[in-house]
Amino acid sequence: MVFTAPVLNYTLLSPILILLAGALIGVLVEAFVSKALRSITQLTLTIGTLVLSLAQVWKIRNAQSTTAAMGSVVIDGPAILLQASILIIAIISVFVIADTDHFTALAAALPGSDEERHAVQTGNQVTEVYPLTLFAISGMMLFPVSSDLITLFVALEMLSLPLYLMAGLSRRRRLASQEAALKYFLLGAFSSAFFLFGMAYLYGYSASVTFAGIRESVVGGSGNDVLLLIGIAFVSIGLLFKVGAVPFHAWSPDVYQGAPTPITGFMAAATKIAAFGAMLRIYYTVFANAQWSWSPLLSAIAVITMLFGSFVAIAQRDVKRMLAYSSIAHAGFLLAGVIALNKAGLDASIFYLFAYGVATVGAFAIVTLVRDSAGEVTDLNRWKGLGKRSPWVAATFAGFLLAFAGIPLTSGFIGKFSIFSAAYESGAKGVVIVGVLSSAIAAFFYIRVIVLMFFTDPVQDGTSVEIPSELTRIAIIFSIVVTIALGVYPAPLLDFITNLAIFIR
Amino acid sequence: MMSSHSLVYLIALPLAGAAILLLAGRRSDKWGHLLATGLSASSFFLGLYQLSLMLSRSNEQRPVGQKLFEWISVGTFNIDAGLMLDQLSICFVLLITGVGTLIHIYSISYMSHDPDRRRFFAFLNLFIAAMLLLVLGDSYLNLYVGWEGVGLASYLLIGFWNQKLAYATASKKAFVMNRIGDMGLSFAIMIAFATMGTVSFTGVKAAAEHTSTAALTAIGIMLLLAATGKSAQFPLQAWLGDAMAGPTPVSALIHAATMVTAGVYLITRSNFIFDAAPTAQLLVVIVGAITLMFGALIGTAKDDIKKALAASTMSQIGYMILGAGLGPVGYAFAIMHLLTHGFFKAGMFLGAGSVIHGMNDEVNIRKYGALRKFMPITFATFGFGYLAILGVPPFAGFYSKDMIIETAFNSGGIKGIILGSVTLLGAGITAFYMTRVMILTFTGTSRWDEEVHPYESPWLMWLPMAILAVGSVTSGYLLSHGNALVNWLSPLFESHGEHDEFLPPMVVSGLALAMVAIGVAIAFLKYSRSDVDAVAPSDVSIFTTIARQDLMQDRFNEAVFMRPGQLLTSVLVKTDEAIIDGAVRGVGRAAMGTGATLRGVQSGFVRSYAALILIGAVALIAAIWVVVQ
Repeated sequence: MVFTAPVLNYTLLSPILILLAGALIGVLVEAFVSKALRSITQLTLTIGTLVLSLAQVWKIRNAQSTTAAMGSVVIDGPAILLQASILIIAIISVFVIADTDHFTALAAALPGSDEERHAVQTGNQVTEVYPLTLFAISGMMLFPVSSDLITLFVALEMLSLPLYLMAGLSRRRRLASQEAALKYFLLGAFSSAFFLFGMAYLYGYSASVTFAGIRESVVGGSGNDVLLLIGIAFVSIGLLFKVGAVPFHAWSPDVYQGAPTPITGFMAAATKIAAFGAMLRIYYTVFANAQWSWSPLLSAIAVITMLFGSFVAIAQRDVKRMLAYSSIAHAGFLLAGVIALNKAGLDASIFYLFAYGVATVGAFAIVTLVRDSAGEVTDLNRWKGLGKRSPWVAATFAGFLLAFAGIPLTSGFIGKFSIFSAAYESGAKGVVIVGVLSSAIAAFFYIRVIVLMFFTDPVQDGTSVEIPSELTRIAIIFSIVVTIALGVYPAPLLDFITNLAIFIR
Repeated sequence: MMSSHSLVYLIALPLAGAAILLLAGRRSDKWGHLLATGLSASSFFLGLYQLSLMLSRSNEQRPVGQKLFEWISVGTFNIDAGLMLDQLSICFVLLITGVGTLIHIYSISYMSHDPDRRRFFAFLNLFIAAMLLLVLGDSYLNLYVGWEGVGLASYLLIGFWNQKLAYATASKKAFVMNRIGDMGLSFAIMIAFATMGTVSFTGVKAAAEHTSTAALTAIGIMLLLAATGKSAQFPLQAWLGDAMAGPTPVSALIHAATMVTAGVYLITRSNFIFDAAPTAQLLVVIVGAITLMFGALIGTAKDDIKKALAASTMSQIGYMILGAGLGPVGYAFAIMHLLTHGFFKAGMFLGAGSVIHGMNDEVNIRKYGALRKFMPITFATFGFGYLAILGVPPFAGFYSKDMIIETAFNSGGIKGIILGSVTLLGAGITAFYMTRVMILTFTGTSRWDEEVHPYESPWLMWLPMAILAVGSVTSGYLLSHGNALVNWLSPLFESHGEHDEFLPPMVVSGLALAMVAIGVAIAFLKYSRSDVDAVAPSDVSIFTTIARQDLMQDRFNEAVFMRPGQLLTSVLVKTDEAIIDGAVRGVGRAAMGTGATLRGVQSGFVRSYAALILIGAVALIAAIWVVVQ
């Protein structure tokens, strides 16, 4: 066997490589920089790396290549858009993460131990969260641009493993946080097994691990359909797990609630973009000609996901769990964009992912601000009358909720409208009808929170709104401005997406 | 139409005044009233300048317009915010700014003790601006903006002393009743747009020829409804009496001279609609006739000097509406009466204000008496206004009111006889109740409360009264000399051939004067020869009781509109709660129940989550198996 050195297009890979380099330097910083300087060094390094990477993405925005890394990575319009979305959301997420009050002083210490108390007293901080974030982001960046199954799987694990850790870093309620991390890890491993199993079937079907090879077999239609179908089903389970679609969603409420809130926001927004990005690429390019086989199944899952997320969210009493179920419902809406399988569906999905991600980071950032002496207050009953005490914070949160509900003049409306109209165009009328109905149901619990904040008398129980740190404030303001701007004047971004979002095969 | 660039300043000056006074707040307390008065006066002089320009042009060249900006531009529906000044609007501009400025001057002194005088002047300026927009707008929609603006200003000023609940209620009543009329105006605009596709005056005038009579009648009736609201005409007349809750200068300016005449302006401005819709025009006449009797009858029983004057205003506007309803021959006379009435009624209101001022805010004429000696200037100016409203030659009302009576008689047939008789009878009753007010206030013995020491008002107050008194004396002659006003306005109205004369003018004048003499005589017999009680007698006839209660207008409204309305809303509320809310809540409860049930799946055990994933996978494979089979 002759070993040939891989030919890599470093320019096109540079956004990911920059991130990995930044992460590795971050690890070195942990080892060599003094404790006092570590936090600020890490923050600067992380933001710098992300901005550099974003600049690089902008630079290569018109590049197209299927051979960036020997056919394992494809760079095209959707890839650029998704990577840029992930990076923008990562930057504002890091702004919120920078408020170190959310993270445990010493992750390795047992909750409640002397060791932990000592770490708290000496002002220790877990600055490892920054390199972990960068590793996760590089995995997310690779996920939607992978063009063979092996790379795809590597990327999946690359983005998942740091997230499992980050979910367990909460400063308060550490046991719940660690439980969430463990659950996430176990179930993640379980679904990865399905994913891997599905890959094996696809290889069995097509004798190829590259997307191009599998696609060729699907188009040719010469292989054993049973192998293909089982392969599609199992690979889908892995992806659907990541986006939190019913019935593979069960981890998300627990993890969303247990993880430190800034991580929850980051995870909900960025993971969704990465996972849906990969899903769009696979279904739109590899499996496009086998639509007859997966479209009904995916439609059924979309319908169940939308209804389940909306209904169960109504019964929630905790704001983070409510947002988790709302995120499940949104996964259902986004599946409508995958099912559409047309250009409009692709454009709408990318717009929706970006708009939803920005609003999500903003909403969770606000959740971090509502606290009492024991930390964040996530019980909705204690959010009563927030609008009277902190009108600006409550009004901004209301803005995000209205965006989630898809009320006009917010980005959510444009997103829902374009994604549903794309699905309708493609003939998936049932999905659209259920989607609109469950949007109406979902509006109920979003607006209930607004009513709670503005039209209920405040309770005096020590719940108060922190004055946000400068970075958090910037993140929130950016999010709300983008959310409103995309609702009022979405045309430039929509045009930009339409012009760029074309998959190359 | 020629275009002019300076029309907008007519409105902009007082509007700026209102804005400055309201925004500067207490800082402008010291000079706010002077600024407001100055701006109102500047607007008046601008109006005079426009008049001089107009006089220098030939008849056809006189109207000027100014486009301000594109207001609404949707498909074929284009409306510019534009102004138009023609022979009709200039009359109003001068009346509004002229009388308005005099009343500003008067108010400086009248309101000098009020801590909120600045706010009062801000509202006055706001009113002037809105009223000018009303008469200068070049389309129904622009007019509508001014129409709503004067409604707002009127509401703010009636309730100026809103710390008193009754006054606040009065302003609300005026506002709500006006809304009914406003609805008529908006319907008229909508129908005009739907049938003609335009709402500008020139556009509607041109389109009216090709429009069906039915549509024109509908527009006309809706315009009439609008006019009855703003001008306190039957059946929307009930608010005017209560509107006297506002400071007296407000009653003089808004509820006598200007705003309440907006209905007359609207009908006159829409002459091309009413001329083509005889049914609507007939309704106008009927409304005018009913209201002029209605107001006159109420006037006979009022002991509150301002309410008596308000009833008289209602009645006099009835004359104008009636005149406007008589078609092309009547429009000019309606406007003439409107202008003369503006002088003498504003003068009398200011006189009443002067009396109230001197009598420690007492408004009951039964507690006046013998004020002639203590307030000679007020007596003289009020007296001129009195003679003018009676129609005694050569005072102003003689010219204008006689013209309306004459035109009414000459309108032909049985209609002419009925209308003529009503107007004649109205003149007699007017003479009776105005004489009653005169006698009880200024002559006889004093029936004052203790510690009341009447005195003449300061010059800032009597000067405007004196100027208005000059108008009360001379305006009628000036306007009718050589048919000045009729000729001035004639280009605006379709001219028709002369009507047959049913009665010669001399006979009409004679009849009218005879009726006035009878009214005056009865009043003298009743009030001058015997002592008057300071407290209103309670053992009076049923007719007096009814008249004192404004001919039961409030009870009528309560019984016919308010209670059924309340019943309707309460039924609707119950329906809403039981059926609609019930259905919504039912859906909500069902959804929450579903949510709570499904929530049970979330047990917290990672093994059950994994089982769920497994079940999902098995279900997928099962589905695929079905597909493949």
